[in-house]
Amino acid sequence: MKELLVVSGKGGTGKTTIVGTLAVLAKDTPLIRNPVLADCDVDAADLHLILNPATKESKEFFGLKKAGLDRDKCDNCGECIPVCRFDAITSHNGIIRLDPISCEGCGVCYRVCPRQAITMEDFIAGHWFVSDTPYGPMVHARLGIAEENSGKLVMEVRREARRIAETLESNLIISDGPPGIGCPVISAMTGVDLVLIVTEPTVAGIHDMERLYNLAKGFDVEVAVCINKYDLDSETSADIEGFCHAHNIYVAGKIAFDERVVKALTRGEPIIMPRRRMSSGAQRTSSDPHSLPDTTARAIEELWTKIVVRLY
Amino acid sequence: MIISVASGKGGTGKTTVAVNLALTLAETESVCFLDCDVEESNAHLFLKPELKGSSKVTVPVPVVDEKKCNRCGLCGEVCAFNAILPLGEDVLTFHELCHGCGGCTLFCPTNAIREEPQEIGVIEWGNSGEIFHVQGKLNIGSPLAPPIVKAVRAHNVDRPQCTVYIIDAPPGTSCPVVSSVMNADFCLLVTEPTPFGLHDLKLAVDMVRELKVPFGVVINRAGLGYEDLADYCKAENIPVLAEIPFDRRYAKCYAKGGRLIDEFPEIKKTFRELRQAILVSAGRV
Repeated sequence: MKELLVVSGKGGTGKTTIVGTLAVLAKDTPLIRNPVLADCDVDAADLHLILNPATKESKEFFGLKKAGLDRDKCDNCGECIPVCRFDAITSHNGIIRLDPISCEGCGVCYRVCPRQAITMEDFIAGHWFVSDTPYGPMVHARLGIAEENSGKLVMEVRREARRIAETLESNLIISDGPPGIGCPVISAMTGVDLVLIVTEPTVAGIHDMERLYNLAKGFDVEVAVCINKYDLDSETSADIEGFCHAHNIYVAGKIAFDERVVKALTRGEPIIMPRRRMSSGAQRTSSDPHSLPDTTARAIEELWTKIVVRLY
Repeated sequence: MIISVASGKGGTGKTTVAVNLALTLAETESVCFLDCDVEESNAHLFLKPELKGSSKVTVPVPVVDEKKCNRCGLCGEVCAFNAILPLGEDVLTFHELCHGCGGCTLFCPTNAIREEPQEIGVIEWGNSGEIFHVQGKLNIGSPLAPPIVKAVRAHNVDRPQCTVYIIDAPPGTSCPVVSSVMNADFCLLVTEPTPFGLHDLKLAVDMVRELKVPFGVVINRAGLGYEDLADYCKAENIPVLAEIPFDRRYAKCYAKGGRLIDEFPEIKKTFRELRQAILVSAGRV
């Protein structure tokens, strides 16, 4: 069983769009058995917007507990204020105030309070879901607004995806990763078989790709790169390829910018239609309103083929 | 005045808007730019500041004096983050999980724990023309971004007196973003007219409302044909303060690290109007 994680460092390079497309291709690939999808971008999950999931299960995610104040017991002595390192406790006109948004759940105030006026309460920090899509089961989540614990929720999503994959005797999990390099990315990345970095030929894209590559190297996971919108700036594209060659990073694909991709997304569809939806023997052609010019479709298919070869 | 530029969805144009807005505001104000996207800070690629100083950002992590430790195990009970774990004869510490709350140190009955600073990142500062620039960088492999965001924001305290602070926030809606938006005077949400853009904008709107920060929207890459975004803003009474059309020339300028207002007069005009619109919306005019 292999896990493929698609990340980018910089947001907006096309991770989710590409993951959605790979999901369609995976379903059509005989070598791939019962692929499972995971949306690990729990802050701002978007994969469901193109895969049309039907939610089968919904579970609450409890993050760390948060401090709650019992006003009847509190005498505003203020002993809690100096021990909170997260600026979550303030005094306003002599009255103690606890800010749940700033509270990190460490529990120090709870232990310090001489009146036991503070309790640590279970807090629903988000939800995760198991859904059916036309391309396989999908595990996704929604972290509550302003919540921490994204890393923990990502682990839940991955755990459930693995569990489903085992039940189905699947041999592939495709994960849509979060942006950045912090705790949710680290949680998404540990132990995967291949990290595909989707980048774009911009100064920001190359800068962020390099940081992300260094993170992956630290975790000893294999990295491949796909340059999306590569024709936007051929010089910077060449710089990216140069960086990859210098560091022995596999360049798995190059996809040209294509406005029709955006239009397909606006219709809420993955940008390649599965072969089985077409009449037998039909090729994807540009006359089909639901497909892309051959070049883009071919570029993504080539990317997929290279990923499969790399993984298996 | 503190203006935070956030989005929800990544890649909508936060940094582009923050940078060009800062440059526009610098025409009439004393501007401080705070790059709070500490995982992947990009504003320096466009503002090209001359960096003058830096300081490490640390989190206090526990170090156990085995000779004083009586193996009572209280530190493990106290720690909410599994960062300290009494295990048989040893006390294991996992510094990367530590949030620096100080609990284990405070409650150890034999004073066997002391705190030592663990570096998790750096902040750097300097000047970009007239703009005072501060940026934070999370060390690769460190998971915790919010302490660095807070350090960037705190850095303006003894700096030269700026009249406007522009914060370039990270993508998403979770804790590092909250640290970048909370207590701002105004938040600009940058979005794009696509289903992903709208979906994530709604999450960002929820966040900003919860933080009680007044806000407005900038639609970047306008003209791609997805009407639902503008409809949503109208239905929710959210002011759309500017629209930047989709234009491959703008993308190319951005790709090279260029400044849109310098290369495109129509964009210079857009940002001057945006500046006015924000000042009016925030009641500063």
